[in-house]
Amino acid sequence: MEQSEQEIPIQTELPKPAVRQTTGERTAETTPPTVFDAKNVSIYYGAFRAVTDVSLNIHENEITAFIGPSGCGKTTVLRTLNRMNDLVPGARVEGEVQYRGASLYASGVSPIAVRRRIGMVFQKPNPFPKSIYDNVAYGPRINGEHNKGKLNEIVETSLRGAALWDEVKDRLNNSGLGLSGGQAQRLCIARTIAVEPDVILMDEPCSALDPIATGAIEDLMHEIKSRYTIVIVTHNMQQATRVSDRTAFYSVLRNEKSDTRTGVLVEYGQTEQIFQDPTDPRTQAYVSGRMG
Amino acid sequence: MAVVTEQQGVDLREPRGWRRTSNRIATVLMVVSFVVVLIPLGFVLFTVIAKGASVISWQFLTGSPIPPNVLPANIGGMWPAILGTLEITGLATVLAVPLGVLGAIYLNEYGGKNWLAALIGFMSDVMTGVPSIIMGLFIFSIWVLHFGFSGLAGAFALGCLMLPIVIRSTYEMLRLVPNSLREGSYALGATKSRVTLTVVLPAAIGGIVSGALLAVARAAGETAPLLFTILVVTEPNPNVFSGANTSLPSQIFVNASSPYVGAQDRGWGAALTLIAICFILMIVARLVTARFARYTH
Repeated sequence: MEQSEQEIPIQTELPKPAVRQTTGERTAETTPPTVFDAKNVSIYYGAFRAVTDVSLNIHENEITAFIGPSGCGKTTVLRTLNRMNDLVPGARVEGEVQYRGASLYASGVSPIAVRRRIGMVFQKPNPFPKSIYDNVAYGPRINGEHNKGKLNEIVETSLRGAALWDEVKDRLNNSGLGLSGGQAQRLCIARTIAVEPDVILMDEPCSALDPIATGAIEDLMHEIKSRYTIVIVTHNMQQATRVSDRTAFYSVLRNEKSDTRTGVLVEYGQTEQIFQDPTDPRTQAYVSGRMG
Repeated sequence: MAVVTEQQGVDLREPRGWRRTSNRIATVLMVVSFVVVLIPLGFVLFTVIAKGASVISWQFLTGSPIPPNVLPANIGGMWPAILGTLEITGLATVLAVPLGVLGAIYLNEYGGKNWLAALIGFMSDVMTGVPSIIMGLFIFSIWVLHFGFSGLAGAFALGCLMLPIVIRSTYEMLRLVPNSLREGSYALGATKSRVTLTVVLPAAIGGIVSGALLAVARAAGETAPLLFTILVVTEPNPNVFSGANTSLPSQIFVNASSPYVGAQDRGWGAALTLIAICFILMIVARLVTARFARYTH
């Protein structure tokens, strides 16, 4: 409890993510601080083991992509990082997930406090049936901010931050449900950054969007990554190469006897390395399009 | 272009055959059933207006006491019954709607699949089928025998009738709220009570109000449970908590079963008044709901 209640400094400026050399030899880079440290994480739904033995570090101000075929547990792992799986009856996590030195699944840790710091954007845009303004102001309000001037300011900065302000500034009182898919997703991102989280988890945020809206969201991710740590699940390998610094490739392990499928983390590394020089043959097969 | 004009235009009409025939049959059937449904509804409304409208006057609505059966309809008035119906139905609504909505929230948001929630859900469904006169007898035996007849006892009986309707309709509305909305709220660090109060209930408010209104309208028209709990009086009783009372349905029953023309006219007048009250209530509630639900589309 104490650990989770610690004030986490919100990075407004720095530290900058490590700049990588894309040409010539890969330089020995300075690794940014670790935000998530998962060790031997297995996730169960009831008796069914959905994901087994995932270990990885996620670094500050980087975009980390989770890729892999359907049913490999990418989303399950993502939802473990802000305890969204608590909402699924029977879900259970084994192993250790550390967030900035604090264990996420220790007893006494409040999932509310966790989600306050680790926001999430979902696959299907899910604006609330409220006005655009109230959608963005929702998070600050539930966290106790009721000052009108302050809220106006937060709504404007957040909408600007999500590159949506110019499109909606004249109709803030219209319903959030009247927006197009891409706008609605950017509204959801604005809603998430309005509470100034430390980490933003994105679960296939562009899978319901057209290429132009997808481009807008990807540009947005690049813009905001200096302030947030982003983890994104994507089915789209091109998207992973475009946006991410590191990529984790997950695959499915089939148990022939019990006919169950379990997700495993196959390979995790710098995005270029995963796509250009994968060490595991399964990664090689997937990124070259021969499988999945 | 020339080539196109030489060709026979493509025939885009629905081809003859069973598909077209069945489509027409289904359309006709739907229109017919709609009309058939409207006939009794229109007939009831027409009869009540035709027979009741002539009785309605300011005197009828606000005068009291309700005169004895033998007197013609233009003496006294129905005010005691109007007041009684408003008091008793209003109190029953205050008792049953919050309780029913809270119960449904427990069932859908908190209960999950546990045995208590399953039991409550099942019992409330069973309660829907209990005849209203049983509710009256129940309140008679546990309340009226000890504390006497009162509007409160009537409100208890009507509340018992309304409760399962409110629980069931609210529960169905809450189930329709997509889980993605709840998750979106949780992901911003909301507690369960916040999620329920600020996202789930506002998203379902339109349906919840509609369901509650159906329950109110049903209760306002009930006679049987009131016979054992409020009796029938002819003087207005503004104190809903003590003393015998009366209501529009009770007066319809009493007056319509009398052989005197004046009493029967009063019965029709009371019926029209009751329908009008429910109608006004529906319109007000629709306006209120539209205000609540203006962002859901």
